[in-house]
Amino acid sequence: MSENTRKIIIPGEIIVKGEEFLPGDGTEKRGQEIVALRYGLAEESNKLVKVIPLSGVYQPRRGNVVIGQVENINFNGWFLNIGAVDNGFLSLMEVPRYVNKDGLEEVMKIGDSVVVKIWSINKRGIDLSIKSRGLGKIEEGLIIKVNPNKVPRIIGKEGSMIKMIKDETGCNITVGQNGLIWIKGDKIENELYAKKAILFVAEKSFISGLTDEVKKWFESENKGGKK
Amino acid sequence: MITSKITGDRIKSYLEQGKRFDNRKLEEFRKIEIETGISKNAEGSARVKLGDTEVLVGIKMNVGEPYPDSPDKGNLMVTAELLPLSSERFENGPPRFPAIELGRVLDRCVRESKFIDVEKLCIKKGEKVWTIFIDVYSINDDGNLLDAAGMGIIAALKNAKIPKYDEKEEKVLYGELTNTSIPLSKDTPLSLTYHKIGNSIVVDPTREEEDLSEARVTIGSNNGIISSMQKGEETALTIEEINRILDTNEKVWKEVFKNIEKHIK
Amino acid sequence: MVFKREDGRKPEELRKPINAKVGIIPNADGSAMYQSGETIAIAAVYGPKEHHPRNQRNPRKGTLRCNYNMLSFSVTDRIRPGPSRRSTEISKITEWALTPVVMLEKYPNMVIDVHIHMIQADAGTRCAGINAAAMALAHAGIPMKNLVSSVAAGKLDKTVVLDLDKHEEDFEEGEGSTDIPITMTPDGEITHIQLDGKITSKQLKEAIEMAKKASKEIYEIQKKALKEVGEK
Repeated sequence: MSENTRKIIIPGEIIVKGEEFLPGDGTEKRGQEIVALRYGLAEESNKLVKVIPLSGVYQPRRGNVVIGQVENINFNGWFLNIGAVDNGFLSLMEVPRYVNKDGLEEVMKIGDSVVVKIWSINKRGIDLSIKSRGLGKIEEGLIIKVNPNKVPRIIGKEGSMIKMIKDETGCNITVGQNGLIWIKGDKIENELYAKKAILFVAEKSFISGLTDEVKKWFESENKGGKK
Repeated sequence: MITSKITGDRIKSYLEQGKRFDNRKLEEFRKIEIETGISKNAEGSARVKLGDTEVLVGIKMNVGEPYPDSPDKGNLMVTAELLPLSSERFENGPPRFPAIELGRVLDRCVRESKFIDVEKLCIKKGEKVWTIFIDVYSINDDGNLLDAAGMGIIAALKNAKIPKYDEKEEKVLYGELTNTSIPLSKDTPLSLTYHKIGNSIVVDPTREEEDLSEARVTIGSNNGIISSMQKGEETALTIEEINRILDTNEKVWKEVFKNIEKHIK
Repeated sequence: MVFKREDGRKPEELRKPINAKVGIIPNADGSAMYQSGETIAIAAVYGPKEHHPRNQRNPRKGTLRCNYNMLSFSVTDRIRPGPSRRSTEISKITEWALTPVVMLEKYPNMVIDVHIHMIQADAGTRCAGINAAAMALAHAGIPMKNLVSSVAAGKLDKTVVLDLDKHEEDFEEGEGSTDIPITMTPDGEITHIQLDGKITSKQLKEAIEMAKKASKEIYEIQKKALKEVGEK
């Protein structure tokens, strides 16, 4: 298997045979064989074999920036649905200004969307933070959902893919690791254009040379008089 | 997860401009696909897709006693199940209100329009009549299950053949279908639903749009003759809005009927 | 003498057509359809997700919750909607057939829901359902040791055969009909076996071997369907 080939692999399928290979994420070693433990793209580099998942629900990790929706409020914070099994908790202490204990709703109401960072995952649950640049309540724009496993392709190598989409559409885009993506542009048309581009990337996420494909896609879209 | 408030705001302000996210007009349906005869043990069946929304409808028939107040008429029963298979929002267990309402609204559409000639379903007055069971299942919910189910019911009824009945043994011979169709009126009722979102009246909402619906009106009609109607949800409508919906229905009914006519022959 | 099957199949021949398709329900985390002859099953997977009710949570591993049902019109005599004793048992059997390959230890306290429905039924519904469910679980990205494939072996009069249809299941002459639904991994591990009828141990062993070969055939079809959807 060469380093550039990527093929779809199913659970239980042998990816490679040979003593020299090491099992990475989504694989295990059975005798001489590296076997896939989940559905996705098999990849090998420097003898390390792994499966890049194409599907699956979001698994929260510390440091992830995600987009959540306020589902409940108590006396000292907000409970956010972040698309994970457990809700996240955003403490009142996170708000950089004084908030009256009765005034939580004035800051964020049920149904509001918020960009948050996961700063801790422990037995009590997931703790969220909004104390960095780019985090906080979303005032307007569009939120779309893609499978969280497609997020790395949408961002691209060192952010190259998302930068191209931002440049082409003129929108600000925040990609949550949970697959929720916030798009904000001057016009709704631009936001929908960015949405279409992102969904294109998500759908084609298995192909290699995706950046060129997306470039071509933008060219053909622009020719069609859309902008 | 339900549609976020900010996305909802965008959908609404775009509707104000007369536009929708998927480029449709406010009165335009998604692509309608109808396939009949999708389940061979049913007397009739249909699959309807409206974009990503999908429902299955099947017809089963049995012979039983008529109701005392209609001794010479066949029976009709419409049941709907919103399967957990079709959406994370649906749960296992006894049917909840949306499923019950869907069945009842569509039951009235078929019944009140006299689409089925129930008198021809009488085998022996006061003793034996055909019962038609119409069962609706959601397979994928991306909004407007109600209208998809309505179309599915019409298509499945038109697709159905009455099974053989052994009068001596008093037994339905399933699997041995006759060539006789269910006696249907040539006037086909279509059940179409109109949603109020902000100041706009929208047909065939996607899941995102349906989440924003403030009120809906379902109209069962045939070529301008209305035989069933139901307003759903909590927001009140003005008389002007109802009038607008009625006018829209005249137009949309014709378009949808023309669109699906070939599948429901 | 070898039993002559009415549809002309050889004893070890599966029903045709066999169709498998993955990704048929956009809302689901994973989904698939499996058709064997006139039997059509669909399955959708939701999860892993929060397990309700709370008291059914398992802190050591996740729970696989299968829900098998027939659409009311999938059989000749209409089935009343809602679970029956039969569907409840098959749901559990399906859980047992799938659980050995699903790595539930990765999801303590969570639940994975598998919804299986028969659109059209002509015997072998639990097998078709398990085949669809296995594909749907893989499609949902659930970690699995392997797939499983399911088929009914059986016996008609004195002949061991594969994949009985409804007509054969009702066969009553001679020794009648024996139905043996079996689920296996491609390595030949049996995760489910049931039997209804009358058969010697010797012939049962023969039937299991036959099922093993057939399950490999089915496995290839499942594999192809999963690969196709990824490359779409």
